[in-house]
Amino acid sequence: MALDSLEEIVRAAESRGTEFWQVVLETDCEERQVTAQASREKMGGMWRAMLESVEQYEAQRRSVSGLVGGDGAKMRDWAASGKALSGGYMQEVIATALCVGESNACMRRIVAAPTAGACGVLPAVLVPLWRSGEADEESLLRALYVSAGIGAVVSRRACIAGAAGGCQAEIGTASAMAAGALVSLRGGTPEQIAHAAAMALKNLLGLICDPVAGLVEVPCVKRNVVGAVNAVSCADMALAGIQSRVPPDQVIDCMGDVGCRLPVEFRETALGGLAATPFGQSVRERMHAGSE
Amino acid sequence: MLDIFDILGPVMVGPSSSHTAGAVRIGRMARVLLGAAPVQADIGLYGSFAETGQGHGTDRALAAGLLGMRPDDLDIPRSLELARERGLSVTFRTVRLREAHPNTALIRAEAADGRRIELQAASTGGGRIRVDRLNGVDVNFTGAFHTLIVRHQDRAGKVADVTRELSNARVNIANMSLCRSRRGGDALMVIETDQPVPPVARLLIGELPGIRSLTYYQREED
Repeated sequence: MALDSLEEIVRAAESRGTEFWQVVLETDCEERQVTAQASREKMGGMWRAMLESVEQYEAQRRSVSGLVGGDGAKMRDWAASGKALSGGYMQEVIATALCVGESNACMRRIVAAPTAGACGVLPAVLVPLWRSGEADEESLLRALYVSAGIGAVVSRRACIAGAAGGCQAEIGTASAMAAGALVSLRGGTPEQIAHAAAMALKNLLGLICDPVAGLVEVPCVKRNVVGAVNAVSCADMALAGIQSRVPPDQVIDCMGDVGCRLPVEFRETALGGLAATPFGQSVRERMHAGSE
Repeated sequence: MLDIFDILGPVMVGPSSSHTAGAVRIGRMARVLLGAAPVQADIGLYGSFAETGQGHGTDRALAAGLLGMRPDDLDIPRSLELARERGLSVTFRTVRLREAHPNTALIRAEAADGRRIELQAASTGGGRIRVDRLNGVDVNFTGAFHTLIVRHQDRAGKVADVTRELSNARVNIANMSLCRSRRGGDALMVIETDQPVPPVARLLIGELPGIRSLTYYQREED
């Protein structure tokens, strides 16, 4: 089946008596003409690369502009002090999102999910569960298929690039993918997966893409945190039986529509938002002076 | 074609799928189509590649691709030093192009034996690329398929000759385009296929009358 509707994936899973992840896996096998084993091996490679992107974080690295680096370690230290407001899992989610976002800005290896700028969201919610032993590799691979299916639907119906639809298309989509993945890990139904994704996307609707000096640094790294934390809360809401009042596919269509209507200044052009602040402009001038 | 690993993936060196991963793929495509290691490359950057390329490592990513690296190679950040060590001289400049995608590079590369290539390609998002011009002729292919590029005489029957050989080799054509410079002059066939084109079929096609040159790009798995 074409992965272009969350509601159709849910219906397909329910009518076949299978799970959300299986529908996505079967579609991949059809589309790329590969065996289920080959597909799973490729997904396994993605998971290992994602895990590595977390484990190979180095706090002393700095990005090209010097604006990004070291915050993941600061968050870990604060968590270790025992005084953090958030609980154990959420502390790790925040720290991991920062670490992977920073590694990306420092030209280290990451997994684009769905983009490089939003690469911290999925590992932030998944890797802490792997490390604590709450999720095994099989259930994580299933969760990754769920997230890929959600991302595919958003990419088909709306967009996943900041230049096309603003940050809501990147971090918003990553958050929807992560929320669905978490519901899958906790044994939620296909319908709960779709609603978690819809709520995550709704909550970030309208978020603009306004990178300082056009770099994937500020505010991108910390927006990975908001995408991850939002995913956790939406997954818990969905598992509690809370639904998105607006049907999931309509939420996605709406995100695409909002993206198209966003002024060009708010779509990765670095002409508006935080990029246009006096601080943002000073960084831009400094980068330009450095390249001449 | 929908590939879920375009959504979850690629595994890549940051910071930007379009400005870094896509740029590596463009450089690598130029090297593959040149058919040899380039010793000299002049790279024109257009649009956002020129504007924010430096901060995204677009220059280093393009050079890395020309050196044969893939988007997940941890040596990408130091590709300019590696290029010097390996005898590749690279220069960058800003270019103006008409009606080009905002993330476009124009690469002129030369191999030690004098072979040359001029390739204009765009990074279209998520690390995907599209080749828009090849050696002065408009083309449109992405590297998502095995791709056969045949330069031939503009004469009746050439397309049939080439596609017959593909048919004999049980190779299915996914997409195909044909463009000529002028009537009776040189024409360019770009054929994207589902199966790899076997060496023997490429040899047979290359020996057909009226075929001037043949270039082949085999799809790569990241």
